[in-house]
Amino acid sequence: MLDVQKIRKDFPILNREVNSKPLVYLDNAATSQTPQQVIDVIVDYYQNYNANIHRGVHFLSQEATDKYEQARQKIQKHFNAEKSHEIIFTSGTTHGINLVANGFSSLLQKDDEILVSAMEHHSNIVPWQMLAERTGAVLKVIPMNEEGELIMDVFHDLLGAKTKLVFCNHISNALGTINPIKEIIDSAHNVGAAVLIDGAQAAPHIQADVQALDVDFYTVSAHKMCGPTGVGVLYGKEEWLNKLPPYQGGGEMIAEVTFEKTTYADLPHKFEAGTPNICGGIAFGAALDYMNSIGFQKIAAYEHELLKYATEQLLSIEGLRIYGTAQEKTSVISFNIEGVHPYDIGTILDKLGIAVRTGHHCAQPIMDFYKIPGTVRASFCFYNTKEEVDVLVEGVKRARNMLL
Amino acid sequence: MAIKEIQEEIVDEFSMFDDWMQRYEYMIELGKSLPLIDEQYKTEDNIIKGCQSKVWVHAELDNEKLVFTADSDAIITKGIIAILIRAFSNQKPQDIIDADTAFIDEIGLKEHLSPTRANGLVSMIKQLKLYAIAYQTQLN
Repeated sequence: MLDVQKIRKDFPILNREVNSKPLVYLDNAATSQTPQQVIDVIVDYYQNYNANIHRGVHFLSQEATDKYEQARQKIQKHFNAEKSHEIIFTSGTTHGINLVANGFSSLLQKDDEILVSAMEHHSNIVPWQMLAERTGAVLKVIPMNEEGELIMDVFHDLLGAKTKLVFCNHISNALGTINPIKEIIDSAHNVGAAVLIDGAQAAPHIQADVQALDVDFYTVSAHKMCGPTGVGVLYGKEEWLNKLPPYQGGGEMIAEVTFEKTTYADLPHKFEAGTPNICGGIAFGAALDYMNSIGFQKIAAYEHELLKYATEQLLSIEGLRIYGTAQEKTSVISFNIEGVHPYDIGTILDKLGIAVRTGHHCAQPIMDFYKIPGTVRASFCFYNTKEEVDVLVEGVKRARNMLL
Repeated sequence: MAIKEIQEEIVDEFSMFDDWMQRYEYMIELGKSLPLIDEQYKTEDNIIKGCQSKVWVHAELDNEKLVFTADSDAIITKGIIAILIRAFSNQKPQDIIDADTAFIDEIGLKEHLSPTRANGLVSMIKQLKLYAIAYQTQLN
């Protein structure tokens, strides 16, 4: 069993007070907190070996390059990618999605079909809409049911010879639903379509094996898994990454440049124009080390228990409804109280030192589906405790009494 | 009463509260008692952008004074609007344009004044002042 009190000591920010109350941080689906072990790596980088990589002859440059490439290998190993050059460093999930969407604009033709799930984050809708506009391809939506699960029968009906791409999140940020991505990937492959899975919400909870999934693209952000903001990776199968044109031009991504013609560097550098977030990449590797030292199975088991406890406790509050009641879900609870605006609840909870997210969670189509302006979302990490769930429940009760 | 005097009165009222709970409870009361905007004015055009909750504001001139009515789907936001309307409604447009808004800070709602805060109090004040500017131009 996971020793949560020991783990909490690793996160200095958890000792903070907010509005004169001990911080109860339940906005982990937006960003997770950073353990001292990762903070130390960031400080060490700037104190000891800050240098530009892949081009210096000097000692520090070599040291920074080695550490950066070691981080890439750690990430490769974590996600079980076959080759390290299939791991492209990005600024985060949104960057990874845009990289792929942009690349496909030269591969799609008019009337080709793109399938996207109804529970996507705006970052996994807008780039495809832009792609559809550029290419004349058609965007089709895989619908969801009241529980917040994809209606797979309709998905299978939508798949056809014209389907070229399927995009879906592994886990919904607004609802916590774990989508059946293996079924989606296999079915899409049967009609020759490529699949991109947005793993931003899944990566902190589930260790995805990209080879076992046979997924074409999988993209994640470091800051949701105890790493720093502004860095993430895109995994892409080598054959697909070779097919896609470069996304941005610049230094680092070229082999030879003349004014007549430029030849591009090999993978992964073809997609890594400019000086990357070197420190961020190295710290991402350290964050994975940290999470793996706890163990993803232990994390999942503990978070499942927290989710179960929090769900039961919250449902004991009169008029409270949870959105997203899928059989398979992670530790995200989106809820509203009848007759109360989520923003009001969030404001009162903030005064009590409890950090939650309110609003549409960048997933307006889901809010439209339920015909609500938004929800209050509490999202739990392995450093949260049952005592914090109790504080949340008391806070929600207090807000309800004040607001109704 | 002049805007400045009304603001002082509001600051006085809020100074009686010891903690945030009482202040928010009072704001919620104010929100509940805000006279409702006429349904016909709850249009897309009258929605203030930059608020996480929906906020509608309507302005009309009555005898050279500007009268605001408003509504929101969130009650705390409505309380904030009620305070703003009490301070700025039924005043001459030029006085609204010239009015200071520091009293919001004095009544302990400073955090709502942050331009990055999603409730858009700043947007609300800006919208009230924009209405005042528009009507002042009309009066000139």
